[in-house]
Amino acid sequence: MNRPSSGRVFLALLKRDAYVASRELPFFLLRTTMQPLLFVIVFGYVLPKMGFVARGYGAAMLPGILAISLAFASLQSVALPMVADFGWTREIEDRLLAPVPMELVALEKVLSGVAQGVIAALFVLPIARLIMGPIPGLDVRGLGSLLAITLLAAGTFSCFGLLMGTIINPAQIGLMFGFIVAPMIFFGCAYYPWQGLDAVPVMKYVVLINPLVYVSEGMRAVLTPSLPHMPIVAVASALLVLTGFFWIVGMRGFTKRAVG
Amino acid sequence: MSAIATEALRKVYPPPSGRRKPSSGWSPFPAGEGGPRPAGEVVALDGLDLAVNAGEFVGLLGPNGAGKTTTIGILTTRVRATSGRASVAGADVVRDPVAVKQKIGVVPQRPNPDRSLGVRDNLVFHAAYFGMPPADSARTADALLERLGLGGRGDAKTDELSGGQQQRLMIARALMHEPEVLFLDEPTVGLDPQARLSLWEILRDLHAQGRTIVMTTHYMEEADQLCDRVAIIDRGKLLAYDTTAALKSQAPGGTAVEVTLDGDASGVVAVARTAPGVTRAEAAGTVLRAWAERGGEAIPGLIRVAEQGGRAIRDIRLFPPSLETLFISLTGRTIE
Repeated sequence: MNRPSSGRVFLALLKRDAYVASRELPFFLLRTTMQPLLFVIVFGYVLPKMGFVARGYGAAMLPGILAISLAFASLQSVALPMVADFGWTREIEDRLLAPVPMELVALEKVLSGVAQGVIAALFVLPIARLIMGPIPGLDVRGLGSLLAITLLAAGTFSCFGLLMGTIINPAQIGLMFGFIVAPMIFFGCAYYPWQGLDAVPVMKYVVLINPLVYVSEGMRAVLTPSLPHMPIVAVASALLVLTGFFWIVGMRGFTKRAVG
Repeated sequence: MSAIATEALRKVYPPPSGRRKPSSGWSPFPAGEGGPRPAGEVVALDGLDLAVNAGEFVGLLGPNGAGKTTTIGILTTRVRATSGRASVAGADVVRDPVAVKQKIGVVPQRPNPDRSLGVRDNLVFHAAYFGMPPADSARTADALLERLGLGGRGDAKTDELSGGQQQRLMIARALMHEPEVLFLDEPTVGLDPQARLSLWEILRDLHAQGRTIVMTTHYMEEADQLCDRVAIIDRGKLLAYDTTAALKSQAPGGTAVEVTLDGDASGVVAVARTAPGVTRAEAAGTVLRAWAERGGEAIPGLIRVAEQGGRAIRDIRLFPPSLETLFISLTGRTIE
């Protein structure tokens, strides 16, 4: 049989992930949107009704909720199967033996993670808007920049997933959620704008190591531009640098796990 | 032309990082024999030279930890050799791994089907990774499933297949893209005898069609039954490489008789060499190993030797001339 072009093999790998993901779509949506939805219900609807939080809180929180759905859908869709693959099932072996360079197999995983992150965000946004009612300051006119930030953020977290998927062993998967995902969410400026941390100056600078901060702030910049947020250029640059960093380190881990 | 050639292939695994428990750590070496250096490095391959001709069925025979799986790993581009060279189907495994991957089919030691896909889809998607159009691959997949006794199971989930069926699915998958060279790593481990025999039939068929096959095994019988040539590997070194007939004729002095004593055997080995019918004898711990043209005739003499030496006999085993006796004479131990 003749050697197929790398592009063709890449598409076949992508098709496989799309096929598997489409069959698991209901579970995927349930998994990635449950937690943000609960937050929307409690913080965006119940608490404002009770008068515990100000009405405007929803506007501060919605971009963050979106950021979480997007980021962790990407992260999990890359990292979780990879932990299992390299840990015990070795199912990925089949694709590692496909006639393309190893990097393309990893790149395909990242791309499929990006797609899943975007789908999660697309699903959560309208539902959140529905539950919370009209959100003052919500403005989705900057569709181009919204798309750009969404893709960049999904890329960052897919590459982060690549890194996690290759360094975490199956026995530590619980630790990933407890010690990485949970602190990331709570210190990721998802539930409060970064500028609000003026009240806690140390934290304001420590959280900058958290990639989710840039996703949340980026979402704020494009969804609620009238509210305080980081400059979009700073956000985009940070996400670009992080994507590059996670890709390089993640690819190193991937090669190490894939080639003994 | 050689389908496979390796040159001074060497693979050293670094010591496992992190916490190391010196006493309970896994080691491929029996206690007290050689073993890893203090640094904890494991030499899996130690200068392996191997050439396989196109169309040949070669068996890599050796005990667990001999370096067989590492050899397959390097040849299938999945393990990076520490030094040395290897080429498969004319392509260098390090310089052009993509060309190698295009030309090989791999059946792993443990079935690893894509469990997110059904049985037929495992084959169809695999074929797509090799650029086969879907219409062709569906037809080829069904034909292969039929041929490997999985006809009618195409729509099943892979988890619904038995171990033997999964192993055959792995063979079908490895054949989907019509590879020039087929690698099988201990394909019959864990199969019941019937499944094993049916797998042998399949392998014979594939060989008859002219495909180059490399199979690792630690079953002497399997190598004997299937392979044109057998490479005996132990501790990362190639000890012998020839046709099974030629190898058997190299086995020293016919039958090996292993007498296990209740204590050290080295005290009786000198006398054992003079026992009637014995051509050669050696001691390995409590085992007195002797070779004789006819094993049965040597037994009474060996029993007398042991008793005179003040040793009681715990066990006696006979190994008629076979790959196994050759293996014992080459390595000083049995394969399993």
